[in-house]
Amino acid sequence: MNSIPAPLPRAAKPHSRLRWPGSRTWLAAGQWLVTLLLCAFLIVPVVMSIVAGLTVNYFKGVSSGLTLRWLGEVWTQYHGSVFLSLEVAAATLLITLVTGVPAGYVLARSKTRLSRIIEEFLVLPIALPGLASALALLVVYGGFTMFRMSVAFIVAGHVVFTLPFMVRAVAAVCASSDLRTLEEGAASLGASFFQRFTTIVLPNARPGIVAGALAVLTLSIGEFNLTWMLHTPDTKTLPVGLADTYASLRIEIGSAYTILFFIMTMPLLVAMQWLGVDATGQRSAARKRVAVSPSSSTTTP
Amino acid sequence: MKLASVPIALTQCAKTFRGTRVLEPLDLRIGAGETLVLLGPSGCGKTTTLRMIAGLETPDAGGRIAFGDDDVTALPIEKRQVGMVFQSYALFPNLTVRGNIGYGLRIKRVPTETARQRVDELLAMMRLTAHADKPIDQLSGGQRQRVALARALAVQPRVLLLDEPLTALDARLRDTLRGEMNTLLRELGITTVYVTHDQAEAMELGDRIVVMSAGRIEQIGSPRDIYYRPANRTVAQFVGTINRLAGERRDGMLSTTGGAVPLPSGATHASSAHEIFFRPEDAYLADPAHAQLRGNVESSAFLGERTRLTIGGAAPDALLIDVAGRVELARGTPVGISIVQDALIALS
Repeated sequence: MNSIPAPLPRAAKPHSRLRWPGSRTWLAAGQWLVTLLLCAFLIVPVVMSIVAGLTVNYFKGVSSGLTLRWLGEVWTQYHGSVFLSLEVAAATLLITLVTGVPAGYVLARSKTRLSRIIEEFLVLPIALPGLASALALLVVYGGFTMFRMSVAFIVAGHVVFTLPFMVRAVAAVCASSDLRTLEEGAASLGASFFQRFTTIVLPNARPGIVAGALAVLTLSIGEFNLTWMLHTPDTKTLPVGLADTYASLRIEIGSAYTILFFIMTMPLLVAMQWLGVDATGQRSAARKRVAVSPSSSTTTP
Repeated sequence: MKLASVPIALTQCAKTFRGTRVLEPLDLRIGAGETLVLLGPSGCGKTTTLRMIAGLETPDAGGRIAFGDDDVTALPIEKRQVGMVFQSYALFPNLTVRGNIGYGLRIKRVPTETARQRVDELLAMMRLTAHADKPIDQLSGGQRQRVALARALAVQPRVLLLDEPLTALDARLRDTLRGEMNTLLRELGITTVYVTHDQAEAMELGDRIVVMSAGRIEQIGSPRDIYYRPANRTVAQFVGTINRLAGERRDGMLSTTGGAVPLPSGATHASSAHEIFFRPEDAYLADPAHAQLRGNVESSAFLGERTRLTIGGAAPDALLIDVAGRVELARGTPVGISIVQDALIALS
């Protein structure tokens, strides 16, 4: 739950061109079956978890009745975590925007070996377990008590973890030769670097920026590994709280907590998707898809 | 609309990309108000030359570029006051037509009212008024091309630089716009450098044409010079179609497989082997008994206003001859051909 949305189940197996119409039907049926089974496999636990959070007694089943009591209890105990998580996510987003967007732009433009090396280093926190990154942060900054005890410490951890997603999404858009020519066009009309960056690069890189922001927000809200290592009793984010409830309270409360999680992240995801699509319509939606996919797979050597 | 114009001078401008010389040191003078066309196959260095004039590339050390008395070698493009039209047009998808044309004025902080007037004027001039508030992706190719041109002209540039501005369009539209572009450039009187690989564009638009190949200038001259008096084979073969007659020089005649052609006087060579060239339209069919050369029709291509015959047996190489469109000759028909005397081209 605290990772990037899982890839969609393989709905379309490659169409094999068989002659018999019968086998085609069979194939289609088989595809449907596999797809539905995979969906069920993924969705049933989610539904069960939600149901568990709403039932009076999970062990007796739904027959024991439905209630919002657990949700209420979770809210009174953990609403601090909700706001903390939102604050951390917002701060993380802000920092990754301010640093990641220019960094992505520069990395996309620069052809030196150094920039390729930096690009690889940026990805390290994704490749390493979150625990390792957290440990490194603790070793180096653990001594600065003020910093270590504050929310800023968590934010720092989240920035380390999410920055590559922003940088890569932005770099993918900025690397397109289209954008480069647009910049040359603006330059020919007298625009200085700063003017070009704000009036041409940023608006046209928006699909990449939105994609990056989407990734950063969801990752930050769901991040557990690193946060669990870094948190103090005062800085418990949502996922850490979730671990707490599962470990120490009844299953219904843990499940209600999951519902809370859903309620929080779903509108966020929908809103961000919307933001990427609204103003310029279809085009930017299409562009975004193009922009996101290479960001995860291709790195120019 | 009339714009001030300055001459451009390139002195010893070379360009090396990662150790590869793409442009040999080049000297070029472009007169104020002149339209100079850089013509050549892709990879010949014409776009690099244009980008150096624009300020998008810097020449290798030692090269200098001047606009009038103003040495602009060290100036980046945004300080050179050039108007540039890119091959892909580079129109800003985040702005409307009006926003694109007015972009340079906004950057220069031209008062809003003045800017609006100038944009309106350009919209009218380019017949874009009806499309003023559309985003770029709703325009046709020809409209985009006009927006790109209007955007470049809005800032009243010192020179206008066009990088294959018609290449992205289909053939018929290209013909129309070529004519419009010609009228416009004459009207504006601005110093223009126009890059193309299309010889029809070069011929129609250029006051002078610079033919380039493999990073160097092969010839600079008026369109007629280039066509009728090509400096060398590269130019002759790139501009138009040319036929080669190879044979022996004897008594002021060139005798070849299918007959003999009188040579222009004055051409003296040590060896007796010789060759001479002519354009397909400068030969005509003649009575085989009195014709200079005799051969057979190998193939015939009907092109509408003319028929292009391929004649074999007249010279070591097959000859291409243009005749009237109505002429129909079967394969194998024996024909006689003569060449207009002063149309023979000697090439070194």
